[in-house]
Amino acid sequence: MPDPMKIRATLTGDTTEVKVLMNHEMETGQRKDAQGKVIPAWFIQNVSVTWNAKTVLSAQWGTAIAKNPFVSFKFKGGAKGDKITITWVDSRAEKRTDEATIA
Amino acid sequence: MTARKESTAWPLRSFFAALWLATATGAAAQTSATDEIAKYRAALQDGNPAELWEARGEDLWKQKRGVRQASLEQCDLGLGPGVVKGAYARLPAYFADADRVMDLETRLVWCMVTLQGYSEAEAKKQPFGNGSEHKSDIEALVAFVTSQSRGVAMNVGLGHPKEVEMYRLGEKIFYYRGGSHDFGCVTCHADEGKRIRLQDLPKLSTPDGAQKAYTTWPAYRVSQGELRSFQWRLYDCFRQQRFPELVFGSDASIALTMFLARNANGGIFDAPAIKR
Repeated sequence: MPDPMKIRATLTGDTTEVKVLMNHEMETGQRKDAQGKVIPAWFIQNVSVTWNAKTVLSAQWGTAIAKNPFVSFKFKGGAKGDKITITWVDSRAEKRTDEATIA
Repeated sequence: MTARKESTAWPLRSFFAALWLATATGAAAQTSATDEIAKYRAALQDGNPAELWEARGEDLWKQKRGVRQASLEQCDLGLGPGVVKGAYARLPAYFADADRVMDLETRLVWCMVTLQGYSEAEAKKQPFGNGSEHKSDIEALVAFVTSQSRGVAMNVGLGHPKEVEMYRLGEKIFYYRGGSHDFGCVTCHADEGKRIRLQDLPKLSTPDGAQKAYTTWPAYRVSQGELRSFQWRLYDCFRQQRFPELVFGSDASIALTMFLARNANGGIFDAPAIKR
């Protein structure tokens, strides 16, 4: 199972700011190992964030995203104590879901 | 054909123009490059992946592991069993139970051996991480423990004779030149304003330089995608100097750490940081 994400969600006025750190190798498929063999691509493909069963962010990623990605975004709405759920799925169909509470 | 000639001529000319400009504004470019790196660090500080190592380290600290199925929560880092807050700011230090001056990494190995029942070889097996297949537990633990000293002033003592001995040894290694390049720490780190490529090099023989450098390690190295401990920093400096491989947890590594940590006394610890 992949390592957990680190999520911070804070409410200012009527806007929630979400900051997420993900644990992922994000292999581009361009690198070679010590034996000269290509290291196969392996990266997060889909990211989705939901709040109150409503999708507030949906993203399709590729190999241009750095290792251990950091995502920061804002959405209108949210209240202190609300839960937000973040899920990523990578190119090996591995999946990780984490939850955070808006502070 | 002509069109192609024309199209190559222009970039070449503008290249020379750019070269001339670069020479003319060399000094300005240097400071702005440093500023740009500072800006880059500031922008990334908010999402420092070091936090992922801190989280994993905290988990490892609390997990019951090893043949004795014990956690590290009873590990004495110098302030009493289990006290992590502010512990790193006082290391390296003399530990009576081991009768040795230890830095954080060696102390963690000691605790893994005495509390959890690992063999020393097992505990030291992966001192530095290399991708998700070869994660380093030590580096994760280092990230967690050091994060608990953020904001604390460095306060490394020389109260025990062995601590003084270590400091003197570290000082000697710092000024020692050798190897195929007649190189030493002192070659790069004893003058103001030196740099390698665009990286400013701190003058480690002064309190100001030592504070700036020591209080920002460990750090997440963006170019490597790894969190790097101070043991790693010294290991890589030795490699760059073409010195023999610095053995993890050796007296030489602890002595240099002691020398630099003590020189950084009074500086506010601010790591795990992020570096290019």
